[in-house]
Amino acid sequence: MKTRVLAVSALAALTLAACGEAPSDEGATGGATGGTAAADFLGCMVTDQGGIDDRSFNASAWEGLQAAEQDLGIQVKYVTSKSESDYTPNVNSLVAEDCGIIVTVGFSLGDATLTAAQANADEKFAIVDENPDADPDTDGVQPTENIKPLLFNTAEAAYLAGYLSAGMSESGTVGTFGGIKLPTVAVFMDGFADGVAKYNEDKGADVKLLGWDKAKQDGLFAGKFDSPTDGKNLASNLIQQGADIIMPVAGGTGLGAAQAAQESGGKVAIVWVDTDGYESASQYKEVFLTTVEKGIANAVETATVETVNGQFTNTPFIGTLANDGVGLAPYHDFESKVPAELSAEVEALKEQIIDGTIVVESANSPQT
Amino acid sequence: MSTTELKTEVTAPVPEPRRRRAWVDQVLIYLLSFVLALVISAFLIAFADPDVRSALPYFFSQPMDTISAAWESVSEAYKALFSGSIINFSAYTVTDAIRPFTESLYTATSLILAGLAVALPFRAGLFNIGAQGQLILGAIVAGYIGFSWALPFPVHLLVAILGGMLAGSLWAGIAGLLKARTGAHEVIVTIMLNWIAIYLLQYLLTLDAFQRPGRDDPLSPPVAAEGRLPRILGEDFRLNLGFILALLAAWFIWWLLERSTIGFEFRAVGANPSAARTAGINVRRAVTGVMVVAGAMAGLAGMNQILGGSTEYALGNGIAGDIGFDAITVALLGRSTPLGVVLAGILMGALRAGGSTMQAATGTPIDIVLVVQSLIVLFIAAPPLVRKIFRLRAPKPE
Repeated sequence: MKTRVLAVSALAALTLAACGEAPSDEGATGGATGGTAAADFLGCMVTDQGGIDDRSFNASAWEGLQAAEQDLGIQVKYVTSKSESDYTPNVNSLVAEDCGIIVTVGFSLGDATLTAAQANADEKFAIVDENPDADPDTDGVQPTENIKPLLFNTAEAAYLAGYLSAGMSESGTVGTFGGIKLPTVAVFMDGFADGVAKYNEDKGADVKLLGWDKAKQDGLFAGKFDSPTDGKNLASNLIQQGADIIMPVAGGTGLGAAQAAQESGGKVAIVWVDTDGYESASQYKEVFLTTVEKGIANAVETATVETVNGQFTNTPFIGTLANDGVGLAPYHDFESKVPAELSAEVEALKEQIIDGTIVVESANSPQT
Repeated sequence: MSTTELKTEVTAPVPEPRRRRAWVDQVLIYLLSFVLALVISAFLIAFADPDVRSALPYFFSQPMDTISAAWESVSEAYKALFSGSIINFSAYTVTDAIRPFTESLYTATSLILAGLAVALPFRAGLFNIGAQGQLILGAIVAGYIGFSWALPFPVHLLVAILGGMLAGSLWAGIAGLLKARTGAHEVIVTIMLNWIAIYLLQYLLTLDAFQRPGRDDPLSPPVAAEGRLPRILGEDFRLNLGFILALLAAWFIWWLLERSTIGFEFRAVGANPSAARTAGINVRRAVTGVMVVAGAMAGLAGMNQILGGSTEYALGNGIAGDIGFDAITVALLGRSTPLGVVLAGILMGALRAGGSTMQAATGTPIDIVLVVQSLIVLFIAAPPLVRKIFRLRAPKPE
């Protein structure tokens, strides 16, 4: 009996939902124009375990592919990985789908991408945040012709953020923490540390940095990228130790820091990472001093467009301040609070890094 | 020996011995459950499809739009599921055509081994939720031997296999011993041991000894060629010796349960611990023994994960995936018999392998595969429901 009641109510719901008007046939054939090479091009992507909606680098890479879809009318698709043993089958199933380019995301997909690239010389790959050929383990192997690494020297932009934060700090203490100690996380913290040091050197100040020791390459880590609770605890610890500007390099865990800053009622500000937090985490927008941006979407879009146009190369793309691959987001709500002098200094530093007067060094910067 | 009462509440489902007369009924239930699961999932696939959703609001003015969109999405998805798990008719070479089935068996290997690690304790009235942790320990030890030792071919592989097995045994043995000595519930102990294993692996991967030289990622170097499980159908197929090992392991568990005295003791303890004790069976020894053997199976599954190349022979934090938990489904689906576990493992391996192709070919979310799996288990667990839907009569009682 119960099943019948359920079935009837489900049917009723469907009926109600199904009373709309049919679209007219005219215009229905629009959209895909077909016939052109671009329309047949398939841009594909394999996520890591973070999944497509991680609000971080999988999401950014997918955004880049979708932008290429908009630009050129190509087709795009992605495949989600649930575990590490999914990487190889997922890459292989996309090879079987005749993708024009396969974008893989994250260092953990490096081995699977390299193996597939060597087995399928005609297939083109791009990988975010990893250079399989730089791996000492594969030194004996010919540099692969068909993988384009997309790397980001975020230390340069984090340097600017470090300088800015040191200048904005009233307590004279700034902090940072990471999600998991990976080179792609530590590279932010290295740059940030150097930026703070630069400010101290130039101004004879003594701004302290908590949470990262560049010399020892050790610091504060949550151990995961998806736990705002842990992020909030770490941020509260830093705040208790006097930090009033914090840079969490921790994906979703970092949201907890933003929450802690919001609860401080304007005493604490956050430097966000990857994508402009003012937009991607707008519920906390008033706490974001700025964001150390990592242009994954742009890099993926460019690599895809190049491939569609037959200009694929295996030369690694390295995002820097000079090519806008990394950068500082606008100050948004802090625009009026950042002294003109300080923002001019940050601009000047940016120019100096671009022209090579200042070299931001980090052991975690991408190797080529 | 004290005569303190040993608490062995039977919480785990102890499967009844199969009735021979009812085997047709049994097979029918399995097949129909599978069909039902596919039918229900078909609706989910259809509703998840954007074309169907955009046609649905005007269902009553142009019903065929919805129906044809739904038919297309479902048939394409299931076609991809089939060609990704059994045989790919549109492939250009024989190798490509039969690869899907070998991939299914390849994916099934760890599931079978881990499934045995859950099925055996079920038979002795124990619920081993710790296959995941035992598997991780097996992978750590087999992997470490694989990438850091230098030995000639068969020796290196053998040592790594044994290492993985022992590590799994020890890890499960802790739970078995605690249960036998103190009565600590194995469910709780194995869950806790899972967490310890997960964090142990996370910690080890921060050490230089486990990381690739010159790198700081939580990823080990690849296992040396001498320590890898050899592929049995040539380099074109990933299917390797691990699958043969899994079949041998299943045969061993069958022999142990059905033909050996120890196995008889295990089953007696599962059926009724008090009666077993009265009959002179050492219940403590049996409980520990069951867990040790089960742990060896899970350790083999971990060994297969790393030496079988499912993660390109490198040890990372996700080496175990969800296999230790899927193993519970495999054991339930296989009714805790070794043959059942092998068949259930192959079914789930096929769904996994096909799911990857389905996702790539049609964009159907991989989660659908999990739904199919869960529905099959659900229906198999409720034969009366399946009988009622298909108006089958129950088999004659003996």
